[in-house]
Amino acid sequence: MKKFKKIANWLATFAVMLIICIPGLWVVLSAFRPNREILAKPAVWIPEYLSFDNFYAIFGGGKALIAIPVPAYFINSIVIASTSTFVAIVIGMSGGYAFARFRFKFKNSIFLGLMLSRTVPGIALSLPLFMIWGRIGLIDTKMGMIIVYTALNIPFTIWLIDGFFRQIPKELSEAGQVDGCTRWQAFWKIEFPLAKSGIASAAIFAFLTSWNEYALASNLTRSTDSKTLPVGLMDFTAQFTIDWAGMSAMAVIIIVPALILTFIVQKHLISGLTFGGVKG
Amino acid sequence: MTTISLKFSSAIQSKKSMPYLLILPAIIVILGVVLVPLLFSFYTSFTPFKLTKPDSLFVFIGFKNYIRIFSDMAFWEAFGRTVLFLAVVINLEFLLGLGIALMINKITHGQRVLRTIMMFPMMFSPILVGFQFKFIFNDNIGILNNALQSLGVTDQAIAWLVDRWLAFGAISFAEIWMSTSIFAILLLAGLFSMPQEPLEAAQVDGCNSWQIFKHITLPFIMPFAFIAMTIRSLDVARAYDIVDVMTGGGPAGRTELLWTMIARTGFDNANMGRANAMAYVSIILSILFTYYFFRKIIAARKAMGGDA
Repeated sequence: MKKFKKIANWLATFAVMLIICIPGLWVVLSAFRPNREILAKPAVWIPEYLSFDNFYAIFGGGKALIAIPVPAYFINSIVIASTSTFVAIVIGMSGGYAFARFRFKFKNSIFLGLMLSRTVPGIALSLPLFMIWGRIGLIDTKMGMIIVYTALNIPFTIWLIDGFFRQIPKELSEAGQVDGCTRWQAFWKIEFPLAKSGIASAAIFAFLTSWNEYALASNLTRSTDSKTLPVGLMDFTAQFTIDWAGMSAMAVIIIVPALILTFIVQKHLISGLTFGGVKG
Repeated sequence: MTTISLKFSSAIQSKKSMPYLLILPAIIVILGVVLVPLLFSFYTSFTPFKLTKPDSLFVFIGFKNYIRIFSDMAFWEAFGRTVLFLAVVINLEFLLGLGIALMINKITHGQRVLRTIMMFPMMFSPILVGFQFKFIFNDNIGILNNALQSLGVTDQAIAWLVDRWLAFGAISFAEIWMSTSIFAILLLAGLFSMPQEPLEAAQVDGCNSWQIFKHITLPFIMPFAFIAMTIRSLDVARAYDIVDVMTGGGPAGRTELLWTMIARTGFDNANMGRANAMAYVSIILSILFTYYFFRKIIAARKAMGGDA
């Protein structure tokens, strides 16, 4: 009976893992198949022809079904995501440190206010931003998107960094200050090095949020000047014929950096989220 | 000038104002990019503003936009579908996440690998999740219909993304696929951090495994579930991305959620005033949702002896 339960548990887990993996793997596989095989009726289950043609095509070589400036979108995504991440981390570090180390008036209300700002649905925020950015000339610019994503990332960055600083005993920096460091020195020489890996993972989160964002970007960008990869992916569906192979190849290009970064932070993901939340 | 700079430097030195100075940049950015635009859109929701008629921004029409949307059946249909969607996905994500966490907790070897695989959907941007399931549920070339036809379950192509309820199911499936991992991973972290003594004591006292689960395990891991729900409530509107790719709210509004309706009214029909009124309904929905779970986290923090 006990052995039967164990096997049942194992099988159920295996089924869950299959459901998680198959959709993604199917897209990856399709990225290497030609459209005629994807569209074949009856379905071709075992790929007969695999190549990098689709990647070659969306990067401008060879003949693409629909020509889409993927390299420009890729550069926009990198510039917008990394700049907004850097700014959000600097601001978030200063804010997170304040919440972790000081007691002050309205602390909980300010914290709650910052978090609530994050709950505003992107699409609801995109309406006024579209009107204001249009008036001050930030529409369809990288700068406009960088400012928006910085604001988008600040609340969660503060939440995470607050949690990481709380894990470092206050006594360490106090001891440093007794030994003659200023508070600033104590921060840079003692607390910052200890929180460094946590802050790095907060940065990766911020980067991924910007990298993956769609609702705001789809309404605030319109040309190769600022369109990001997720918005560019929709270019494929603008026509009546959908280039499934090209779209799959582009999906792979979006997912690979995210995949690598998530594996780097996965340890901090769990500790960061639970520590910042539960232990206080 | 000198008095100002003197005041400023003494403000930096005084310990009291230090935390305020540290959080000031964050507050300025949030004010400029979130609060001020939202106040502006609040004002706009009382005007008949259309992008094509700039002058209409200065016409005040009171609650007309709100009255108009509240008396529109299409709005209530989208609103009802959104609430139903949230209720279905959040509850299923919690239950499935709990089930997966309990299953993995029982497995002795390879937990790390399983946990890593579970993170897989979390890396996907919602737009990719949408694309992926648009591809899978496609009636003509999708892997699902192809599989059903190859297995001989059906010889007709099932129109997954055209029928009202099938499309609702397909979109919910995409959302659940994307977000169940957050629950599973956090609940698993809760299970790992659980002390073993109360479990053993309960076993000695003759509790059965259901009683142990209900009275010891579940109360202990609930704070972790609340964290997951709070994180989820922050991004429920990401469903907009999924729906936008999969069906675009169509065909004929059959899969319209509140968020896709806002985009259609504001950008496609250029009716900013009315779209902003709808946006406010969606904002209030999101804030209530998050506030509720945030209160639960604060309560859980206190119960666990932390300082909030």
